[in-house]
Amino acid sequence: MKFLSRYSALALARRALTNARWQRAWRSPDPKPSYDVIIVGGGGHGLATAYYLASRHGIRNVAVLERGYLGSGNVGRNTTLVRSNYLLNGNTQFFEHSLQLWEGLSHELNFNVMLSQRGQIVLAHGPSQLDVLARKGNTMRLNGIDAELMERADVQRFLPFLDYSEQSRFPIYGGLFQSRAGTVRHDAVAWGYARAADRLGVDIIENCEVTGFQRDGDRVIGVETTRGLIHAGRTAISVAGHSSQVAAKLGLRLPIESHILQAFVTEPIKPFLDCVVSFGAELFYISQSDKGGMVFGGHIDGFNTYTQRGQFPKVQTIAECAVALIPSMSRLRLLRHWGGIQDMTPDGSPFIGRTPFRNLYLNAGWCYQGFKATPATGWCLAHTIAHDEEHPLIRHLALDRFERGNGHDEYGLGLWTYKQ
Amino acid sequence: MLRIPCPHCGERDYTEFRYAGDATKTRPAHGTTDARAWHDHVFLFVNPKGPHREHWQHVQGCRQWLVLERDTGTNAVGRSWLARAGEPS
Repeated sequence: MKFLSRYSALALARRALTNARWQRAWRSPDPKPSYDVIIVGGGGHGLATAYYLASRHGIRNVAVLERGYLGSGNVGRNTTLVRSNYLLNGNTQFFEHSLQLWEGLSHELNFNVMLSQRGQIVLAHGPSQLDVLARKGNTMRLNGIDAELMERADVQRFLPFLDYSEQSRFPIYGGLFQSRAGTVRHDAVAWGYARAADRLGVDIIENCEVTGFQRDGDRVIGVETTRGLIHAGRTAISVAGHSSQVAAKLGLRLPIESHILQAFVTEPIKPFLDCVVSFGAELFYISQSDKGGMVFGGHIDGFNTYTQRGQFPKVQTIAECAVALIPSMSRLRLLRHWGGIQDMTPDGSPFIGRTPFRNLYLNAGWCYQGFKATPATGWCLAHTIAHDEEHPLIRHLALDRFERGNGHDEYGLGLWTYKQ
Repeated sequence: MLRIPCPHCGERDYTEFRYAGDATKTRPAHGTTDARAWHDHVFLFVNPKGPHREHWQHVQGCRQWLVLERDTGTNAVGRSWLARAGEPS
């Protein structure tokens, strides 16, 4: 029976003919008294970490503890974009590694995550902005990443429906195109990693909230949960917006504030936008889903909050960006908007690695960019847990970097959360 | 829409205000040379889920700085007072 639980043409045909039900994609085990590794947080990052621990490091006695149900957090709330067009040394290589993992992920997991490498263009609205993009493109190409600089005429041929008129408030000067960027079906990422990790023996325990930690001096030896005490050889925290709450149970204060980021989808229309477009005049990014809805997002609302419900003035601002960029969107109706709580850091870069506590690892502070980082975060965090030493790709993301004056500010905005 | 009670101008949309973070932090004294004290003041946040005291400036109104009580779990707004006047007793 075991091979039947794999997704294959044979399994599909058998179920089509016999009307047999698919079995659950992952088990629903009770927690064991003890695990080698406990990962707090069953989002994309936590599940990917568990999968790579089991598949690459042979550590299979692993539990992933999720407070709600899988896919209920930011892994199902983002705008599904993946790309590796980063400027700063460290970020460039990390996100390219992530993109390469995305490219093989459906085969790796035997689960179609629907990676669509439709390309992404970042627009420039002035000559200096185009210079900055040229520099970023050169950095990418020096790292072996595809990047193509486009002039205004190129962009106009490529995306004829943007606003190129004389009245345009932010005239388009050109853009930087990465053809390997694109979108991924985000729910499938959670389900695919969960299913693959479960098959390797990882226990995924849903509806299990961590309420405290067991310590032996400066060593974390277990977690207290709503389903009882569970001992752990090593523990990793990967809970995005609630990182500060979980860390506070150990008396840790983090360089993190929790903010709401909204995302939007319009009513579905016929195929119209066949790549991802990022506006250069404001933070605004848009793509069209396979169902036809225009999916887009912008900045955080701007004050710390844990309510997953956005403020209306931000809806207006972001809709104005959409219409400024693509005037023909003005008559589209908004179908839904939603919010996710993201962990903002002073320099806009995350923290992955060891903590002041032994056997405790932290993955937090992903700001706007957590989804695209999912595979590489799992890859690097699993390495870090297995070896008790940071993976080379994440050494610039240490928790204590501000103490050493090593802020990693990709956009050069200054080390201040509200500018990121 | 988050609505903020301004001690001068009454209840207004939050878009009239600029947010400026945790109002319970105390800046290290001038002359403090301990780098950790400055690091902790600038970079670390309690980031509570629940009651929060925070600074807002009414930039499109009276331009005064105020302290607002708000629950970050629900966005329910409580009392407010002028930052320079201190908490009313």
